[in-house]
Amino acid sequence: MDKPYALLAELTYACPLHCPYCSNPVALDDYRDELTTEEWQRVFAEAADLGVLQVHLSGGEPLQRHDIVDLVQAANGFGIYTNLITSGLGFSTRRAEQLRDAGLDHVQVSIQADQRDLSDQIAGTASFERKHEVTRLVKKLGWPLTLNVVLHRQNIDRIDAIIDMAAVMEADRIELANTQYAGWAGRNRAELLPSREQLERAEAAVLAARARLGDRMEIIYVIPDYYSRYPKPCMDGWARRQFTVVPNGETLPCPAAHELARGLNLPSTNVREHSLEWIWSESPLFKQFRGHEWMPDPCRSCDRREIDFGGCRCQAFALTGDAARTDPVCHLSPDHGLVEAAVVDANDTTRPRDGVLIPRPNPGRIRSQIPLEVRR
Amino acid sequence: MRSTRRMEIVDDAARPRLARHVRLKFDAARGQYALLSPESILVLNDTGVAIVELCNSRRTIADIQSELGSRYDHVADGDVRRFVTALVGKHGMEIDHG
Repeated sequence: MDKPYALLAELTYACPLHCPYCSNPVALDDYRDELTTEEWQRVFAEAADLGVLQVHLSGGEPLQRHDIVDLVQAANGFGIYTNLITSGLGFSTRRAEQLRDAGLDHVQVSIQADQRDLSDQIAGTASFERKHEVTRLVKKLGWPLTLNVVLHRQNIDRIDAIIDMAAVMEADRIELANTQYAGWAGRNRAELLPSREQLERAEAAVLAARARLGDRMEIIYVIPDYYSRYPKPCMDGWARRQFTVVPNGETLPCPAAHELARGLNLPSTNVREHSLEWIWSESPLFKQFRGHEWMPDPCRSCDRREIDFGGCRCQAFALTGDAARTDPVCHLSPDHGLVEAAVVDANDTTRPRDGVLIPRPNPGRIRSQIPLEVRR
Repeated sequence: MRSTRRMEIVDDAARPRLARHVRLKFDAARGQYALLSPESILVLNDTGVAIVELCNSRRTIADIQSELGSRYDHVADGDVRRFVTALVGKHGMEIDHG
């Protein structure tokens, strides 16, 4: 069994943004009993012992945690590389300086589009101007700038202008990833999945921008797996390289596995009840889809089983109700018709590009977790 | 600083250093060295570690090649340049000239 390299720490599901493409679970309120500062510090210590080299601090909006600086400092103290994934809201000059002094290695800032109106509309709150200020602050304090833009039907046609915006910001790196249809994004799939024509244009734009910008900016582009022949090698294999701890301490092999894990009804993998060592090596949930013994055909006898590991367990569960089936994205899957039907809908020329989206709500944080001095 | 870092020509006069967001770390759990950046982990062998440690934006590729050659028997001409070029291509190293 391999040791894990990376930990995704989802510190809170509180978030001032309401992005409909959010992959957080639909049952956000179930995760409000958040781990304390001390509990996260123990998680980082155990993770480092287990072999974790990188921690991605995310959420929700991780800056909603008043102890974010302490958490960065703790992870850094255990020698772990720290990456903050933020909307930028809450990234004040003072906080940013504290984070830098605490040893934060890298910051990724999300932005929803290149135009204020569209970006704010997708985010469900006025945030575009603030995000621009944050990108300048990130650079001023000496971090490289990575922008994250989640692509979907309503912003993918802006991809040229989005890349130009990133170049003007002197971003070092931009991640243009099409939506993964987990959680809230799953609910909004019909209005988020782009058409084939939109994707072809976007890919051409990315190639042209790479040629134009050369080495000045790294452009990472991820197509929606609904349009690929084979599934993505999700998480590089179940419980193989990385894991996720969600706000209430539940530990998952994949950041979208909340419902799947509950559906399997296996023993708890909460860090409040078990060590990370036990969760990683011994827990039935982590063992469930490790390796390829669990695989049904067509995966079991497929040459690609060590390349894509049967695809995404959470996607199989979300689409078929059975987490052990082949990812329906694969053209060899007996359930592939489910994906084809969604693609047909997305290419229906009468479907608008600006359909109504369900905003992701903000569950907020439980009052008792907010330190007294900030509560007033 | 920014004006020089985008020059990707790796010749003998180039002075490489790790990109700001990249960290060299000894991975105690696995007993090996790794270069860490947000989305990647690159495992290094002894020679790789020696090269990275010598890349301080003052030494040139030629300096590093010669230093390495004095330490190890198995270092071939151009090894350092190839190593640095590969890392620059992955945005893990930056080059100063002059």
